Amino acid sequence: MSDALNRLTIAGARDALRKGEISAVDLTMACMTAMDAAGNLNAFVHPTPEIALEQARAADARIQAGDAPAMCGIPLGIKDLFCTRGVPSQAASAILKGFRPEYESTVTAKLFEAGAVMLGKLNMDEFAMGSSNETSTYGNAVNPWRRGNDMTPLTPGGSSGGSAAAVAADLCLAATGTDTGGSIRQPAAFTGIVGLKPTYGRCSRWGIVAFASSLDQAGPMTKSVRDAAIMLGAMAGEDAKDSTSAPIEVPDFEAMLTGDIRGKTIGIPREYRMDGMPDEIEALWAEGRRMLEDAGAKIVDISLPHTKYALPAYYVIAPAEASSNLARYDGVRFGHRATLGQGDGITEMYEKTRAEGFGPEVQRRVMIGTYVLSAGFYDAYYNRARKVRALIKRDFDEAFAQGVDAILTPATPSAAFGLGEMADADPIQMYLNDVFTVTVNLAGLPGVSVPVGLDRQGLPLGLQLIGRPWEEGDLLNTAQVLESAAGFAAKPARWW
Amino acid sequence: MSIDIDTARRVAHLARIKVEEADLPALAGELSGILTFMEQLNEVDVEGVEPMTGVTPMRLKRRADVVSDGDMQDKILSNAPDAREGFFAVPKVVE
Repeated sequence: MSDALNRLTIAGARDALRKGEISAVDLTMACMTAMDAAGNLNAFVHPTPEIALEQARAADARIQAGDAPAMCGIPLGIKDLFCTRGVPSQAASAILKGFRPEYESTVTAKLFEAGAVMLGKLNMDEFAMGSSNETSTYGNAVNPWRRGNDMTPLTPGGSSGGSAAAVAADLCLAATGTDTGGSIRQPAAFTGIVGLKPTYGRCSRWGIVAFASSLDQAGPMTKSVRDAAIMLGAMAGEDAKDSTSAPIEVPDFEAMLTGDIRGKTIGIPREYRMDGMPDEIEALWAEGRRMLEDAGAKIVDISLPHTKYALPAYYVIAPAEASSNLARYDGVRFGHRATLGQGDGITEMYEKTRAEGFGPEVQRRVMIGTYVLSAGFYDAYYNRARKVRALIKRDFDEAFAQGVDAILTPATPSAAFGLGEMADADPIQMYLNDVFTVTVNLAGLPGVSVPVGLDRQGLPLGLQLIGRPWEEGDLLNTAQVLESAAGFAAKPARWW
Repeated sequence: MSIDIDTARRVAHLARIKVEEADLPALAGELSGILTFMEQLNEVDVEGVEPMTGVTPMRLKRRADVVSDGDMQDKILSNAPDAREGFFAVPKVVE
């Protein structure tokens, strides 16, 4: 068993740790060995082996003392967006080069209190702005999956691309991600893993580098639905340091995985059938519908009429909030400061620092956000987008009021594409990756991507389930039924 | 809505991002493209709709008006590119 410890799930490792069959130190070392051999994936950008071994030894002591929460001794990768005390936390941006926070994000603090082990920080798109991990200051993360024997390097998706690649390649048992428009669910679908975006307010945003505060939410990226339930339980909960974290009880999500969805109503939204959608995605969606029906759910067609306006609304609201959040990177309190010329004043310092420190996509979004918030345009763009957002949420509210328990959609409009393939495309083409996921952020709902099949080139495809607010337990139960019926067990053939 | 070069220059300045004159036409073109995509929102009837401010109807939480943390000047300055005598240092602001 010792040669494959890194391939365990959280649930499998937890049970073996509690029985004394394995130690947290051996488990952690197995992951570190896998990480060392996976430099080609560029997933881990700041490994923290010393912290990992110290935490693993402490976990072993806790397990021996009989005090072992579910996450105790579980080696994780942490997205670079999370501030981790004393460890580089750069949001994959040059502007935060050298930044070592003096504090710990609430989510990572909760995971560490539960005994989890941090293997290191994971690659991502700069400030979580991207769908392919190609905007990172660390360079591209690479998908462990390939198109059959074709060696073209593929994107692991984004923005949580390093998290997805690391979990799919068994470098860690699970990873944290964050999702503002699909940044957990799209990379999970591209790499054949499970990615859960919880209800907005379920996990504290404190200590997570902010992108769009009304949309950002942290969540687990795991090898199974059960693992997502276990890990969410350790991440979630109200936090006095985040006024938008909800004062709502965190249930035992794992205990809600009964495997029984008889009598549940699953909605199929007609607006998610996009023009030009590949046949394989259409077929996968029909397959998922049949699996849930066979498990005893009732399938109904529903309408979410404002779906087509979700992307344009998102690309007003998210950049507007980003332009405000990213104003703090000014070269004064942390990170990069440009070298100034003779006679340069403070305005030149700001302008040069931000031009050098932000990559092109971040600059583009900050400027769009600045424009839509500027005098004379606020009502025409920002306020109108917020009204459309209210209508998008109303669409979901009405579906749930009609008795729908969960909504089944494709997770992405395609399988993983090649790195660089979108380089010459219009930025809007890249934004279309989020077409099925972004509505969920705008409405604040929980959504989970589940691997369901392979396309004809051998790449994973996922389906998304969207749940009622605060009902992640029920949502994960349905997701697990889909996972079991699909029986997705494929793994990428190792080339790295 | 199309953004001209003067508007692009003004937006870059408002965002405090230095953009070279030679790069302004391309920037104006990109921003115009994205704004054209956003114009679809004008098709939606939003008459009488309140802008969405939060996901769950919830009164913004308040905390007690007390000092809960502090006395960590060193920690606050530890990541500054230029800190002197207990302060953040910046180029001269007033003549």
